Amino acid sequence: MLEIKCPWCGARTQTEFTYAGDATLDRPDAETGSEEDWYEYVYLRDNPRGAHDELWQHSAGCRRYVKVRRDVTTHEIIATGAPGAKLDGGGS
Amino acid sequence: MTKYSIFSLARNALTEHRNWTEAWRSPDPKPAYDVIIIGAGGHGLGTAYYLARNHGITNVAVLEKGYLGGGNTGRNTTIVRANYLLEGNEHFYEHSLKLWEGMSQDLNFNVMFSQRGVINLAHSDPQVDAFQRRGNAMILNGSDAVFLNRAEVQARAPLLDCSDGARYPIKGGLLQPRAGTARHDAVAWGYARAADAAGVDIIQNCEVTGIDIEGGRVTSVQTTRGAIKAGKVGTAVAGHTGHVAAMAGLRLPIESHVLQAMVSEPVKPCLDTVITSGAVHCYISQSDKGELVMGGDLDFYNSYAQRGNFPSIEDVVASVISMFPAFGRLRLMRTWGGVMDMSMDGSPIISKTPIDGFYVNGGWCYGGFKATPGSAWVYAHTIAEDRPHALNECFHLSRFARGYTIDEHGSGPTPGAH
Repeated sequence: MLEIKCPWCGARTQTEFTYAGDATLDRPDAETGSEEDWYEYVYLRDNPRGAHDELWQHSAGCRRYVKVRRDVTTHEIIATGAPGAKLDGGGS
Repeated sequence: MTKYSIFSLARNALTEHRNWTEAWRSPDPKPAYDVIIIGAGGHGLGTAYYLARNHGITNVAVLEKGYLGGGNTGRNTTIVRANYLLEGNEHFYEHSLKLWEGMSQDLNFNVMFSQRGVINLAHSDPQVDAFQRRGNAMILNGSDAVFLNRAEVQARAPLLDCSDGARYPIKGGLLQPRAGTARHDAVAWGYARAADAAGVDIIQNCEVTGIDIEGGRVTSVQTTRGAIKAGKVGTAVAGHTGHVAAMAGLRLPIESHVLQAMVSEPVKPCLDTVITSGAVHCYISQSDKGELVMGGDLDFYNSYAQRGNFPSIEDVVASVISMFPAFGRLRLMRTWGGVMDMSMDGSPIISKTPIDGFYVNGGWCYGGFKATPGSAWVYAHTIAEDRPHALNECFHLSRFARGYTIDEHGSGPTPGAH
């Protein structure tokens, strides 16, 4: 069972959260983004084998999004923060 | 290669089975090959076999970082089916199902393919309509399907709770009679033995650590056993497709997730078909050893770890017990996890890439095992001819950019949802 530290609620079990995927994607600008930009944003992923920045929604708690840096080879949670936070550790 | 038959069995029985020859060699890597396949699972070994059998290409190596068949080939729930709605999918999986039907004879290796039928349960009236439509599509595409009403489902699975009070009421089910299960390890062993006999080098404990590209063309791979030159390189690494493709500088429409499966303690025969439910999301069958083999949802987060967490196990077990209350008395014997290459539309990618001589076979999501022979067949064609087979044109890597996704579930570019 993963234990995710929500910046607002504290440490909670994973069952309170809903996974929302890769947190490193930048949504292209609606006016100026090219088709290629949108293709990359919608479909392509780095899918690293190691530290992965991702979003989890605390759906059974405060309902806010939490940014999590987690090692996907061990499931160790390295750091958590607000969605806009820059997380450190884990070598990525 | 010793041909396996009742005669060779009898002959070896006379010497107490001490003189069987090895099923495949363990050669050292040569400095160069025409084709290198990365990954000695069912898909990779099958591809090597069909490169030799169908295309006459035998200067082939299959590189495996661990042991043969130790990845998802040995971790799945062994279900083989071809019950898809969409055009490209159904043709491909039906071809694969036909290859399953002849596999044991073709490989001279008993893969214990058991056509016990797969029933996909309908739990609501709209599902009944959708499943009848899917069944008709399957028949029109040359496959087989029978819609069963509730009583017919009950007759085939007496322990299934088909009562009015069931937690997930059963309205009927779509049966594919030719579908079933197979011995997963035997598929890897059978292809390995047949490929080896055709001259393919299978090199275990040899991890690929880099892919060399010069002038837009692949030239060699770096491995833990040194550099090996290659005319062409193809991946067949399931959950590690994204990781290996990154060595060639490619980003793919794939996320790696962990999927768990589990078996109960072995019991007497009590379920002689495969029961699946898309709505509850679980699938269950009984192995030849008597264990009930169960699977369900992903753990729903990116993972390269071959193990998962308890909430998903509990969810699968709860689903199974809600449908088969009698199984609640059984003990869970073993659980394990495998890394799934979840694609953005739920369909596989068997394709050339922007790099000459580099090919990708991945994105199998929950369903790589059943596709093993079909995937290997068309992938060998793609590599040998440097163009897709008619059956995998639709699985081209470029389909995402062009807007031709094959989204069987209609769940959009959310890998975990397929």
